[in-house]
Amino acid sequence: MEQVFGKPHALCDVNLHYCPGCGHGIIHRLVAEAIDDLGIEGKTIGVAPVGCAVFAYDYFECDMQEAAHGRAPAVATGIKRVHPENVVFTYQGDGDLAAIGTAETVHACARGENITVIFINNCIYGMTGGQMAPTTLIGQVTQTTPYGRDVHANGNPIRMSEMLATMDGAAYIERVSMDCVKNILTAKKAIKKAFQTQLEGKGFSMVEVLSTCPTNWGLSPIEATQWLRDNMIPHYPLGVFCDK
Amino acid sequence: MAEKVLMKGNEALAEAAIQVGCRHFFGYPITPQTEISAYLAKRMPKVGGVFLQAESEVAASNMVYGAAGAGARVMTSSSSPGISLKAEALSYIAGADLPCVVVNIMRAGPGLGGIQPAQGDYFQATKGHGHGDYQIIVLAPSSVQEIIDHTGLAFDLADEYRMPVMLLGDGMLGQMMEPVEFEQKDMAALPEKPWATTGTQGKRKHNVINSLYIQPDQLEKIVLARKEKYDRITEKEVRHEEYRCEDAEYIITGYGSTARIAKNAVDELRDKGLKVGLIRPITLWPFPAGAYEKYADKVKAFLTVEMSTGQMIEDVRLAVNGKAPVHFFGRTGGFVPYPDEIEAAMEKIAGGVQ
Ligand SMILES: Cc1ncc(C[n+]2csc(CCOP(=O)(O)OP(=O)(O)O)c2C)c(N)n1
Ligand code: SF4
Repeated sequence: MEQVFGKPHALCDVNLHYCPGCGHGIIHRLVAEAIDDLGIEGKTIGVAPVGCAVFAYDYFECDMQEAAHGRAPAVATGIKRVHPENVVFTYQGDGDLAAIGTAETVHACARGENITVIFINNCIYGMTGGQMAPTTLIGQVTQTTPYGRDVHANGNPIRMSEMLATMDGAAYIERVSMDCVKNILTAKKAIKKAFQTQLEGKGFSMVEVLSTCPTNWGLSPIEATQWLRDNMIPHYPLGVFCDK
Repeated sequence: MAEKVLMKGNEALAEAAIQVGCRHFFGYPITPQTEISAYLAKRMPKVGGVFLQAESEVAASNMVYGAAGAGARVMTSSSSPGISLKAEALSYIAGADLPCVVVNIMRAGPGLGGIQPAQGDYFQATKGHGHGDYQIIVLAPSSVQEIIDHTGLAFDLADEYRMPVMLLGDGMLGQMMEPVEFEQKDMAALPEKPWATTGTQGKRKHNVINSLYIQPDQLEKIVLARKEKYDRITEKEVRHEEYRCEDAEYIITGYGSTARIAKNAVDELRDKGLKVGLIRPITLWPFPAGAYEKYADKVKAFLTVEMSTGQMIEDVRLAVNGKAPVHFFGRTGGFVPYPDEIEAAMEKIAGGVQ
């Protein structure tokens, strides 16, 4: 019988540890499919973050390095400068990329570092149990904003894609979402395009993926998807912000 | 034999790194080591290497982690406040068993402190920097020629033991000019790194560079294996210099540029009739405890001289283990001790003993 669906080769044959309804698993699959489609597994080197995706180094078949919290773009820079012909990507959460690692992210982009960043925005710190992230929405209740995020006390959520797209080093930046099949298919295309951007040597590429954290949002997987659609997309509009 | 050239310590270090095959440098400017970056910014592109000025020491040292994991001979350099920021990556580099060379051309602290020479980072270098149960090898050159020789040695030790090696100098060594020569090295002999992230090419299982081990039994095993490595290093790689110690009644001890000055003091004291010798640790970790043990029963006292308020003296005292008094003389704040100050300190001790 013809097999019409299977696990991408670039994804290791192991159980992922993510919670039910979590976006990380789908995004891993999309990254692996993009690597398969482009036939680049043998020359790809990935950098895992500190966050729920910390074990990503055990999930991708390509060579992997685990970075310190927020430093993935610096680690990727080090790798890429040693192996400019390889494809180097980071996989980072919003705390990792937009709080502790903001400087590393902004400067990798400013340098036009020829790497690809897969940025998972779930409006929360997943791994540490649901604290406020730099992307947490105004009014959103988290462990460290128990009365809802308040602008005066906690500041404003950061739109990283828009911010980075203003920089000369950015080559391709798109925001996509995990809330429905159509958007997931768009996300796959965006990730592939980001890798292609790197293969063409154009510079910094990033795909921001709006994702769910049902566990720390205190919602069922289905409710979480709806919450993403109703609350995240209005604040974080989908689309291409930069394509050079 | 190679010809002698006159070079500044910092520039000699940079050139030595290039000559032993270092092709990747990630740094962030800070006095008094900026000549290293300036030199490498000029030279690296000429030899097909990479010089990158990072956005911070945190980023620079995490770039080192990436490059070391990818298999490169890689170096970063800084001065005291910058090393505090590099501490994060040092812990991860040690935890992932990666080789690299880190230079600290010390300045006076704490905080912003001053930009004059100091040795206040001994604790940090030998027992401090990042979190966790690990060590790095620390080499303390005391001349520009030794800076060159130790740079080669540092890369070799880093590769052999897969760990960070620190070159610990101070502003005086970095800035001083001396005639030096470069020994020609055989670059073909650089070790293979089958563990590095180079891309699987579809030919092997993926390589993973990592320091995370969630299961305590797994982590303990790895930390203990590393401890065994540290024990081997402590046995094999301890280096020190002894000067006029054979018949010494007193031993002065110090490292780096302080040891040079102390050597002058030893000669002058000998001329005055006092039997004084010098022990100069070359590896600060592993510390040459055996050198002190050897003389602990024979001498009347030790005098530790440092450009700090007393840091290495703790290791000297541990080595001497109460068998002789261990005195201290130090300058701090950016002052370099004069030989006559050291002599006066020694004479006072000798006077007190006699
Ligand atoms: C230096 C440092 N500070 C803090 C932590 C603790 N920590 C682990 S994961 C994390 C936040 C992760 O959140 P995010 O990046 O949004 O990823 P997610 O877990 O949501 O996927 C924090 C603060 C750490 N490991 N290292
Ligand atoms: S805590 Fe949230 S982000 Fe982490 S695995 Fe669970 S659902 Fe996913």
